[in-house]
Amino acid sequence: MRGLQARAGTPKGTLTIRRGRFSARTSVRSVTTIAVISAGVVALMVWATTLGSYAISPAELWGLVEGTAPQRVHTVVVEWRLPRIVAAVVFGIALGISGAVFQSLTRNPLGSPDIIGFASGAYTGVVVTLLLGATGYAARGAGALIGGLLTALAVYLLAFRRGIQGFRLIIIGIALSAFLDGINTWFTAKVDVDLALHAAVWGAGSLGAVNWTSVGIGSAVLAVLLVAAPEAQRRMRRLELGDDAAAALGVPVEPTKLALILIGVAATALVTAAAGPIAFIALAAPQIARRLTGQGASVDLAGSAAVGAALLLGADLIALHAVPGVPLPTGAVTICIGGGYLVWLLVRESRRERSTA
Amino acid sequence: MTVRRTAGLVLAAALLAACALASLAVGAAMLPPDVVWTALTANDGSASHVTVSEARVGRTLLGITVGAALGVSGALIQALTRNPLADPGILGVNAGAGFAVALAVAFFGVTRISEYLPFAFLGAIAATVAVYLVAGGLRGTPTPVRITLVGVALGAVLMGVSRTLALLNAETFDRMRFWSAGTIADRPPGTLEAILPFILVGLVLAALCATPLNAVALGDDLARTVGARLGWARAGVVLSVTLLCGAATAASGVIAFVGLMVPHAVRWITGPDWRWILAYSALLAPALVLASDVVGRLVLMPAELQVSIVTALLGAPMLILLVRRTRATAL
Repeated sequence: MRGLQARAGTPKGTLTIRRGRFSARTSVRSVTTIAVISAGVVALMVWATTLGSYAISPAELWGLVEGTAPQRVHTVVVEWRLPRIVAAVVFGIALGISGAVFQSLTRNPLGSPDIIGFASGAYTGVVVTLLLGATGYAARGAGALIGGLLTALAVYLLAFRRGIQGFRLIIIGIALSAFLDGINTWFTAKVDVDLALHAAVWGAGSLGAVNWTSVGIGSAVLAVLLVAAPEAQRRMRRLELGDDAAAALGVPVEPTKLALILIGVAATALVTAAAGPIAFIALAAPQIARRLTGQGASVDLAGSAAVGAALLLGADLIALHAVPGVPLPTGAVTICIGGGYLVWLLVRESRRERSTA
Repeated sequence: MTVRRTAGLVLAAALLAACALASLAVGAAMLPPDVVWTALTANDGSASHVTVSEARVGRTLLGITVGAALGVSGALIQALTRNPLADPGILGVNAGAGFAVALAVAFFGVTRISEYLPFAFLGAIAATVAVYLVAGGLRGTPTPVRITLVGVALGAVLMGVSRTLALLNAETFDRMRFWSAGTIADRPPGTLEAILPFILVGLVLAALCATPLNAVALGDDLARTVGARLGWARAGVVLSVTLLCGAATAASGVIAFVGLMVPHAVRWITGPDWRWILAYSALLAPALVLASDVVGRLVLMPAELQVSIVTALLGAPMLILLVRRTRATAL
């Protein structure tokens, strides 16, 4: 085995990681990029704890670590700011993973959890809970979760015909989403403006209402998904070669697709239940990560997760602090930041291509 | 095959005619076909005749125009991007129009629907031009994947800003929620005349692009080999989509699903020849719009349901049935 590897040679700039039975090959650039983004996220997290109308100095922050800070600082940082900051990172990772999974599964750069109708179904679920008269936070989360999961299940079952085929999944997903969006639009245009605004504010997504409980549940779910991630990445790479090639390489195709869909849906669900449908990160993160890590056509789970966390944390900070005193809806800011950044990357990419052509 | 497709085209035209007749006859006042006919040929000014000539004729014509524009632009954009998820909105048309309307409502105090039209149209055109220029790196000819990505990204930015504007200001939200539920009812007078020239030019352009699009479907390299001029074809398609979808959206608000669904359904009848797909889409999309409009008048009598909602509620189950019955074919 070793001899074979030596003869085949390792291309320059690649890195092979081995641990027992498992091995993974990745590029130096990919590893450094992800490390830099992660370090940036951590720095941003620390900085974020000091921002706000009650300014916290670095000394006070250090005092908190040593356990000598006054109760007031503890309350502001640990109970008010930290849940939201941690939520941004956890949810960003989840959305990045979910987007990467769906783009790989459909082999389509527009792939995102919306493909499986989750967002539209969750919105309809919230609309139904509002119509039933429940406006509480927990009821909304439950409505979103039930609506989203039922829709995802319906899309999967309708798309299943001797296996799941990417194209059919996309069409069924579009159709069912359009159907539910029709209902949502009707609701928005029909009901009292306050109720419609209530749903729309939820629909924009916000980290404003997270607390340690919801972050804890989300993190627990994410931890389970992260354990499955390396194996998922390995199989995604093979599935991207096509179903037949993947089967020849020993991947059980249909169970793997189902497992990937479950991972993607679970990652979206944990975010949606706590913070509403935070749009666009799932779509943009894999595309941005691809361009930063230079991974070619393949979708990279780790890179998407890191970019997702950076995007959501950055967007949430801007949403909170850009206009003093007016908190902007996180979801809307996310779209602007993510979209703007993606546009910039694409412009740069097309320039570089012309200069080398 | 050609005989079958021609027969199908005649059938589609007949279906459209039937939908148009239904659109003239059905509503709060139910009129038999002969009354509709005399209203059109020898209008005597009676209440039922006025209903037809004043309200329903304009609405039906607008439905046909908007429907044809949406169907053809949907087919064009799917041909160009070779992506089944692409709808005309992908070039930023809807987002640009929505953004301009949101700006107009929030900052210029525009309140009347008739005043939305120029804003929406200019917004749609500006967004599409921006997408095309950015995707092409300001000079070159953009690739389909890049048009798709830039369109989605730029569209998302515009939508994010309009959504922020709407969420921060309840008044703006109140107006935008009606604009985003597109309808062909109660349009201000002159709407059809205002958009018709743009849509006609767009349709002619689409017809000119049909043959090169068959080459585009082969992939860029092969298309060049068979002598297609990709740059011209792409620019023509983008211009046509901008005119068609921009004008339609300006007139009726957002009707999202038609442009996406009809070309998909049509491809299962016609096969991959874009000339046929465009012709079928131009007839069947207005049929879907008119049929949905008629259903929308009936389900909540005497209130009406906006056509954009009904198209999704009617079209989605049809699309699901089709994709489950036929062999799914990628673009």
